[in-house]
Amino acid sequence: MSQLQPASVRDNGTVGNRIVNDFCITFSTVNGSGSATANTILLKSLFRMGIPVNGKNIFPSNIQGLPTWYSIRLSKKGYLARVEMDHLVVAMNPATLATEMKYLVPGGALFYPDDFKLDLERDDLVLYPMPVKRLIKEADAPQNLRDYMANMVYVGVVAQMLGIDFDVIYQVLDAHFKGKKKAVDSNWQVIKSAADWAKENLVKRDPYYVEPMSPLDGYIITEGNVASALGALYGGVQLTAWYPITPASSLAEAVMEYLPSLRTDPETGKTTSVVIQAEDEIAAIGMAIGAGWAGLRAMTSTSGPGISLMAEYLGLAYFAEVPIVVWDVQRVGPSTGLPTRTAQGDLTFVNFIGHGDTEYIILLPGNVKECFEFGWKSFDIAERLQTPVLILTDLDLGMNYHISPRFEYPDQPLDRGKVLWEEDLQNILEKLDGKWGRYLDVDGDGIPYRTVPGNRHPASAYFARGTGHDEMTRYSEDPDVWERGLNRLKRKIQDNRHLLPEPVIERMEGAKFAIVGFGSTDPAIQEARDLLAEAGFPTDYMRIRSLPFRDEVCGFLHEYDRTYVVELNRDGQLKQLLTMNFSECGSRLRQVSHIDGMPITANWIKERILSMEGK
Amino acid sequence: MATQATPRTQVNLVGLSRADYKGHNSTLCAGCGHNSISNQIIAALYELNVVPENVVKFSGIGCSSKSPTYFLNRSFGFNGLHGRMPSLALGALFADHTLKGIGISGDGDTASIGMGQFKHVMRRNLPMVYVVENNGVYGLTKGQFSATAEVGLELKRQGVNKYFPVDICMEALVSRASFVARSFAGDPKQVKEIFKAAFSHRGIAVVDIISPCVTFHNKEDSFHSYTWGKEHEIALHDITYVPAREEITVEDFEEGSTREVTLHDGATIVLKKLERDYDPTNIFEALRVLYEAEQNNWLLTGILYVNPNAPTIFDMYNLPETPLNRLPADKLRPSRESLDRINEQMRL
Repeated sequence: MSQLQPASVRDNGTVGNRIVNDFCITFSTVNGSGSATANTILLKSLFRMGIPVNGKNIFPSNIQGLPTWYSIRLSKKGYLARVEMDHLVVAMNPATLATEMKYLVPGGALFYPDDFKLDLERDDLVLYPMPVKRLIKEADAPQNLRDYMANMVYVGVVAQMLGIDFDVIYQVLDAHFKGKKKAVDSNWQVIKSAADWAKENLVKRDPYYVEPMSPLDGYIITEGNVASALGALYGGVQLTAWYPITPASSLAEAVMEYLPSLRTDPETGKTTSVVIQAEDEIAAIGMAIGAGWAGLRAMTSTSGPGISLMAEYLGLAYFAEVPIVVWDVQRVGPSTGLPTRTAQGDLTFVNFIGHGDTEYIILLPGNVKECFEFGWKSFDIAERLQTPVLILTDLDLGMNYHISPRFEYPDQPLDRGKVLWEEDLQNILEKLDGKWGRYLDVDGDGIPYRTVPGNRHPASAYFARGTGHDEMTRYSEDPDVWERGLNRLKRKIQDNRHLLPEPVIERMEGAKFAIVGFGSTDPAIQEARDLLAEAGFPTDYMRIRSLPFRDEVCGFLHEYDRTYVVELNRDGQLKQLLTMNFSECGSRLRQVSHIDGMPITANWIKERILSMEGK
Repeated sequence: MATQATPRTQVNLVGLSRADYKGHNSTLCAGCGHNSISNQIIAALYELNVVPENVVKFSGIGCSSKSPTYFLNRSFGFNGLHGRMPSLALGALFADHTLKGIGISGDGDTASIGMGQFKHVMRRNLPMVYVVENNGVYGLTKGQFSATAEVGLELKRQGVNKYFPVDICMEALVSRASFVARSFAGDPKQVKEIFKAAFSHRGIAVVDIISPCVTFHNKEDSFHSYTWGKEHEIALHDITYVPAREEITVEDFEEGSTREVTLHDGATIVLKKLERDYDPTNIFEALRVLYEAEQNNWLLTGILYVNPNAPTIFDMYNLPETPLNRLPADKLRPSRESLDRINEQMRL
């Protein structure tokens, strides 16, 4: 994190000026201490006050005892990327005080339990000691809940010092504990007494305030993995097979959470969707492929190490033409890497995954709304094209809370693709003089018709396989048959790229160069473009949302002498794929790689691009 | 949808002839035990009056896994990945719980690369017949040791096998399989009766069949050969499958000479005692006789264990009567109002 320099921070707090709804507060705790509830309640309370917020959880791969940080950025302008410096820090972990000092801006404030021994080398901070132990004791909290309650002390103190609306906090608390009165009351009592104590004993000397803004009507706050799960459920997912892995587990868990209420048939009381925790990722994708082959909307969710294990099965699904959806919530690799940090390092791997010639449809949602949208659309694409669809998100998008416009109900009916049931098969057999075959390109679009097990027509059955086969599904080693089949597979996907999400292109007056990105970097790139424009460098921007690339991608790249490709991997994987596909543009692309595992910041992008521009 | 055979052809109760159960011609070696097994699958299903469209075939990779194309052309089939057949079958069978699965695997496919999925599909009790065509050798790659090869076995170019063999039936038992049988491809009558019982069983039915490889591994003194099998086979019992619709008549069996197990579909397996009384519902007894057989160099065959009432994986899910893959779109996409409610919840 050597690039983090206090001098590069905008909006440094200056004592005396009120800084409203535009700062970052970080909560430093020990993991396993239950701080997530406290932090989420503060985050959601700010959201409820109409303030654009984003929460980022920087946590260890561990259950209990290691440092963890939660940063909430408030931005009245709606900038929601991570920022590099803290304006306020709540230090509940004595072991990391020295670290907090590195990130606090001059004039920033430090909240800490008053029994911590502070040995500060800085004299430019506002200090707010909090009598955590005393307040907890007075609250008469049960012994086993005291650590959790300690977090509610800082909720009360911080809320009081910033001016967070306590009625809102109560509403959020009530919703969080789903109206369980005892839990709500005991937490509320601590929050309130801590706030009262702060009101009487602390003098506000920092410049950071919150004030209500016009309500964020039409907005929601949620995590990407929840949005993805809901998208899948509204897309009609019928079988989810998965194996636990950070940071993807909460996706399948969200499917399980929402499944009873959303997918129980009101007429029969029976479920229309099942979730199976498999013995490993190979079995997970095997179950999904079996289900997809047999006519279910099937998916699996995993992260990099799981994708590595799924390679062989994905090749089978591609070649046997089985629809399936695979979520890859990316974390930092190679190898076990950093399981709790974010990256976009799986792009080239999933693009080329499998031996032999393969090609996969890859969807790249850039926000929680698109996680939901691609969640349902992916099944339509997979079933229409009878092929795997991989959806790449990452830890930052998947596991952190993001504000978003409301989820929109699917605007198209389910597209089940070319599936033949008994009557359909009879009709097509009559049309084709009995010459239907599973892999026969009847319509000339590369997409054959398929039957699924359970079809009782005596001519419906076929033998699916990963070995060479002809249009009638017979085993074949015939050179012409093999070549024809492989070329049809290519055509099937290439000729139907219009079914994939188009890139989002945004322009600025007088842009001299462009930025290209995908996925979770969007908020930072958007903010960086404003910073660059302020510095005299307006930019155009293309956010790619699918592979293989749509034609618009090529057109955009041709417009600029210089295009900066911003991504969270060492080797510039998106740039590699763009260069490979549009070699004539290769020399105009410039790699901007952010690889420390932390969410990218606008300032970092701006500085990097300016330096590459020679400024 | 069963087609009516011509009047002269002999047909079963669902109006199908034996030809309706056939597959393509086998491309395995002449004399391969697997061909005999395929024939008994055809015979068993014909006699059981199973409609081929109600069966789905699965396999992994290897000689064994090629054989699903040699029977039941009118059934769907999926020849998947090496050692990964169980997961594929599990996912597919969820699509239509009225289908009956038959998975064909080999000793390499199950006991080496596929051991994990094999054991997990046991504990999930997926309703499927899981056949292991067990010859102790890798055929398609030309004669390497498999995990079921006995210690000391000598094969051309491979030398002497050093490692202890995996006993597939023991593995199935300790993984809580609900039906475990061992048979011998050289004993087709028993193979057929075991298949009938296995198909009637509701749950996973493991049938480990010693199926000699005539090309790479048919030495007279080795465990997986025809000669050795014929000389060392000891049947636990004489098996007669009695379908649900037939009554067992006393004349058929001497009183006290049999044990009977009623399967979930009402069919009965009548096990005629041979040298000893054997209780196939006792898992400890099953493990004990397998150990005893190993110590005494017997090829012990028969139905080692059956629990007709074990809950299957489908009992663990609240599935509708209508197969999942026949649910219409309006059953799959939740209502617009439900999304409005979720959007509201996500404001807090």
